Amino acid sequence: MHIMEGFLPIRHAIGWSAVSAPFVAYGLYTINKRVKEYPEQRMLLGVAAAFTFVLSALKMPSVTGSCSHPTGTGLGAIMFGPAAMAPIGMVVLLFQAILLAHGGLTTLGANIFSMAIVGPFAAAAIYRTAQAVRLPFGVAIFLAASLANLLTYVTTSAQLAFAFPDPSGGFAVSFAKFAGVFAITQIPLAISEGLLTVVVMNALVRFNARELQEMKVTVVQEVQA
Amino acid sequence: MKRYQNLLMLIAVALLVALPLRMVNKPAPGADGKQVQIFAGTDDKAKDLVGNIAPGYKPWAKPLMEPPSGEIGSLLFALQAALGAGFIGYYLGVSTTRAKMRREAVKTVQC
Repeated sequence: MHIMEGFLPIRHAIGWSAVSAPFVAYGLYTINKRVKEYPEQRMLLGVAAAFTFVLSALKMPSVTGSCSHPTGTGLGAIMFGPAAMAPIGMVVLLFQAILLAHGGLTTLGANIFSMAIVGPFAAAAIYRTAQAVRLPFGVAIFLAASLANLLTYVTTSAQLAFAFPDPSGGFAVSFAKFAGVFAITQIPLAISEGLLTVVVMNALVRFNARELQEMKVTVVQEVQA
Repeated sequence: MKRYQNLLMLIAVALLVALPLRMVNKPAPGADGKQVQIFAGTDDKAKDLVGNIAPGYKPWAKPLMEPPSGEIGSLLFALQAALGAGFIGYYLGVSTTRAKMRREAVKTVQC
């Protein structure tokens, strides 16, 4: 989902940066507030960030014959709320833009929007909905994380189509082309991300039941001695 | 079933990664004799697609630094993954120990 350095026209680059900036600022505010209120959650915040670090570094092969990577933003969005993932995603994207020539500074705003804003907000919304209709915990986490991953890549396709509409068919044709590159490749990876998120979440629930109840991730069940 | 859930999920992920490697065959080299690349990154494919849709578009910025070779690139990606995985491993270690100590503390109180 990385739009490469310089591959968005200047106006789009500035526009997406302006859209993403308030989310990052608000995210920093929520993180600060939470760490002050619940200092013991700092480590879990680190886990959420670390998970994004790992997953976005793993480029996996897909059935289409190209490689892509998961985003890892669903886990943190479910635990800390979607806004918290905006600054965390930004750190990951900055690391890759500066050191790896993967993504870029001019496209940072657009990439933050797809990976660290749309993905996390989708994850949180899907998770809450799944809980409301009483889907099992694992299924809810899986759906949230995998659909968030997929939607991130749909967003990237839309951003590119918006910047480069097809000369004859306009936005729709161009979107179909970019989605053809991104979205289909992404389906198996989205499933992988969903499964990995459930595995990590299972471990966290087992050892950090109390914190996760405080964070309203899990509903209060039996109290462990 | 519940007990093996995590293991089964990890196996599924491994299969999802491994199967495409078997399923996708490398196409024969094109007429110009160039090898067709498979399993290239989608980000680069999107870059090529921009070139197709808007042939006149010139990227107006260049990355500050490019990894001098593919190896250095992998090194940095491996570093990124290692940092993340290291922290998660450390935290899980801390939590398992903490959970164990809590259980033992409860036991001593009960005795």
